Amino acid sequence: MSKMSGLGGRLYRGETSVDFIGKRRRWYSVSALFVLASIAALSLQGLHLGIEFKGGSSFTVNKATATIEQARSAVEATGVPGELIVQEIGSDKVRVQTGALDTVQNNAVQDALAAEFGVSVESIDTQIIGPSWGKEITRKAIYGLVGFLIVVMLYLAMAFEPKMSIAAIAAVVHDVFITVGIYALVGFDVTPATIIGFLTILGYSLYDTVVVFDKVRENTKAITSNSTKTYSQAVNHAVNQTLVRSANTSLIALLPVGSILFVGAGLLGAGTLKDLSLALFIGLAVGTYSSIFIAPPVLAQLREKEPAMQALAKRVNARSGASAVSSSVNTDAAVNGRGPRNQPKRKGRK
Amino acid sequence: MSTTNKPVKTAARPGRSLAILGLVLIAMTSLVFIQGATSIRLGLDLRGGTSVTLQPRIAPGEEGKVTSESIDQAVSIIRQRVNSLGVAESEVAAQGSGTNRQIVISVPGDTGRRVVELVGQTAELRFRQVLASASGNPAAADPAATPASGVSADANAKFAALDCTKPENLQGTGTDLPTDVIVVCDRAGGTKYILAPAEVLGRQISKASAGLDTQGGSAWYVSLTFNNEGTSAFGALTTRVTTLPEPTNQVAIVLDGLVVSSPRITEAIPSGNAQITGSFTQLEAQDLANVLKYGALPLAFDRGEVQQVSPTLGADQLNAGLLAGALGLGLVMLYSLLYYRGLGIVTVGSLTVAGGLIYLLFLLLGKWIGFTLTLAGIAGAIVAIGVTADSFIIYFERIRDEMREGRTLRTAVETGWVRARRTILVADFVSLIAAALLYFFAVGGVRGFAFTLGLTTLVDLVVVFVFTKPLVAILSRVPFFNSGHPWSGFSSKSLGTLVAKEA
Repeated sequence: MSKMSGLGGRLYRGETSVDFIGKRRRWYSVSALFVLASIAALSLQGLHLGIEFKGGSSFTVNKATATIEQARSAVEATGVPGELIVQEIGSDKVRVQTGALDTVQNNAVQDALAAEFGVSVESIDTQIIGPSWGKEITRKAIYGLVGFLIVVMLYLAMAFEPKMSIAAIAAVVHDVFITVGIYALVGFDVTPATIIGFLTILGYSLYDTVVVFDKVRENTKAITSNSTKTYSQAVNHAVNQTLVRSANTSLIALLPVGSILFVGAGLLGAGTLKDLSLALFIGLAVGTYSSIFIAPPVLAQLREKEPAMQALAKRVNARSGASAVSSSVNTDAAVNGRGPRNQPKRKGRK
Repeated sequence: MSTTNKPVKTAARPGRSLAILGLVLIAMTSLVFIQGATSIRLGLDLRGGTSVTLQPRIAPGEEGKVTSESIDQAVSIIRQRVNSLGVAESEVAAQGSGTNRQIVISVPGDTGRRVVELVGQTAELRFRQVLASASGNPAAADPAATPASGVSADANAKFAALDCTKPENLQGTGTDLPTDVIVVCDRAGGTKYILAPAEVLGRQISKASAGLDTQGGSAWYVSLTFNNEGTSAFGALTTRVTTLPEPTNQVAIVLDGLVVSSPRITEAIPSGNAQITGSFTQLEAQDLANVLKYGALPLAFDRGEVQQVSPTLGADQLNAGLLAGALGLGLVMLYSLLYYRGLGIVTVGSLTVAGGLIYLLFLLLGKWIGFTLTLAGIAGAIVAIGVTADSFIIYFERIRDEMREGRTLRTAVETGWVRARRTILVADFVSLIAAALLYFFAVGGVRGFAFTLGLTTLVDLVVVFVFTKPLVAILSRVPFFNSGHPWSGFSSKSLGTLVAKEA
């Protein structure tokens, strides 16, 4: 642990520096690959929607000796149309999911299962969902997503800079895309709880990005008044400085989510907890990646297009003899007990 | 915002913030006991219960369509019936959109069969002449009240014995035969009646609406229109009773075997249009109009979904949620102790305070706004542990950054706070936006999740400002921390730099 802390100090002063901005093509390619894979998975396989979205019935028999084969043959014997999905849930339950059935068919399935396993009809946990229910959820989720993106974009544009807001939203869209792609690829069930997870990721992914951008803003406040660093270098330094923080916050966010996933999947089997935490777990991991590898480079690219920043880059390059290695700057400053020059200005400067 | 990192004044008296926080916690705890809100209201998925989803359809032999309006009316009638079960925290709501909506009834506890039977019935609306009325509470009834004339001794005895303060007498049964003399309570249980056989039936009403009489003050009334059959029957009834003495000049409107209203008839109404006046509030008038319209509704219900969560499964889910929470909290605390050493104590303390605040809020909000904790809500709270701990990390890392620039711990605690505060505010605000939008756009369980997520984010802000920051300020004066002890989390080794010693 203390090794990591020591690394934090070196990263902070720039003694150790990972080149996040300069190697952006590499990160972009990695992300592009993932996004393409996501699109391919989505269009080829599509999402594995739970019955909440497409309508259907779910019957759960609570009996330790119940087997998948028994349940399947019992239900098939009733002659209900459509594909059956039979799963074992936890160690003592078997769940049968069917397509949309009418009341008579639902009752037939219940009766068949009750007879097969020798349990009462009342003890079979039954869930019947009409086809319109899913449309409602989907519609609201889309409203929520669009509303969130707009409000946050405006808020970040006000709290930070418009370009930071664009970069942050780009990272969020990237996260949602890849998370949904992973769902399509692996074939995890998408339920309303999964949608909650997706929507929550948006907030979380931004949390990390906000931390990084706050430092970027601090480091670049008076950047054009001295010529030690280009905008990209300053952004890179900020990302390095917040690296330990980002790693810690992400890890700490993942710990409780991982606990829910562990308990939800391990103890309860399928259900709200598992679906929710799985979406969060994947989303958080992707969100951490994008707050370091995607959002800052996009921001740097956007800002470097400005004439003032280009002029700055020219000055910096001229001064440092065209060696644009950001990590060699002020390695000895902290020892003197004074802050390096590129640190936030404390007096008289805005 | 200015970037001046001068030590902030507010930090000068960290003890005061802590004292105020202590007082608030004590005040909230006392409030919990004063209000008797000592247990968290749990959702059906955590304590077991029955949820029934009804699919409205046209009753056999009737014509017309299921309209969005008729579903709203059905919801208010079923709500009335379910409330009569006397099971606290029952809920009735329409879900879905347009005419394809379903009515969802949630009743906690082991009432499954009764709920299903009760809500599936079609409401029966009848108009009956009042033969006698008295206070619903037998104890308060006038002992000198003479038996009503023209009523069988049997009915009079039943009438005398009827106690409308008992919940079982306030359950709409819908089993009263139109041809019988019946003895019933009103819905509120305040009055009991002997009623004559029904003379007008609900399906003889063609229209009902609530209106506001703006000329005579502003009184709410309900207007009724009968069909042909109803017009003549109602005309005959009103003509007969209008000259009779109290209370036999009243006509009771009976729904599901309970009296909804018993207006006094002051004149014969042969036109088929009637107005019921009284000291109605707007809500009461609209409810009555709905009831009257509903009596005319050709609606029946299919049991779309009956889902029973047994208390065992509910308890399993609750335990799983609590276990996940304990595990998550434990891991986060362990990690921060390992990583931040002595400073980890601040995290542990802050999380404990935040947890306490959340628990108290759950208790109080359950009492105040009917907040119920569902499985999704628990998940939201657990996820928020991460958000809360993130705020501490942002602050701690900031202090360490300031120290790497050569500041003493005592100064770094203040200068670091100014910057960290900003970051925490912006980041938490984004979380709040997410929670608010989730809450307003989402359906069902999602709302519970969004609510707890938003609530815990707010608590996080409070805790960071009035607990974490003051506590760190106090600790920064303790030699263990400001001398850079290897276990303090501020050692030169863990900072990777030389630490300026306290002068």
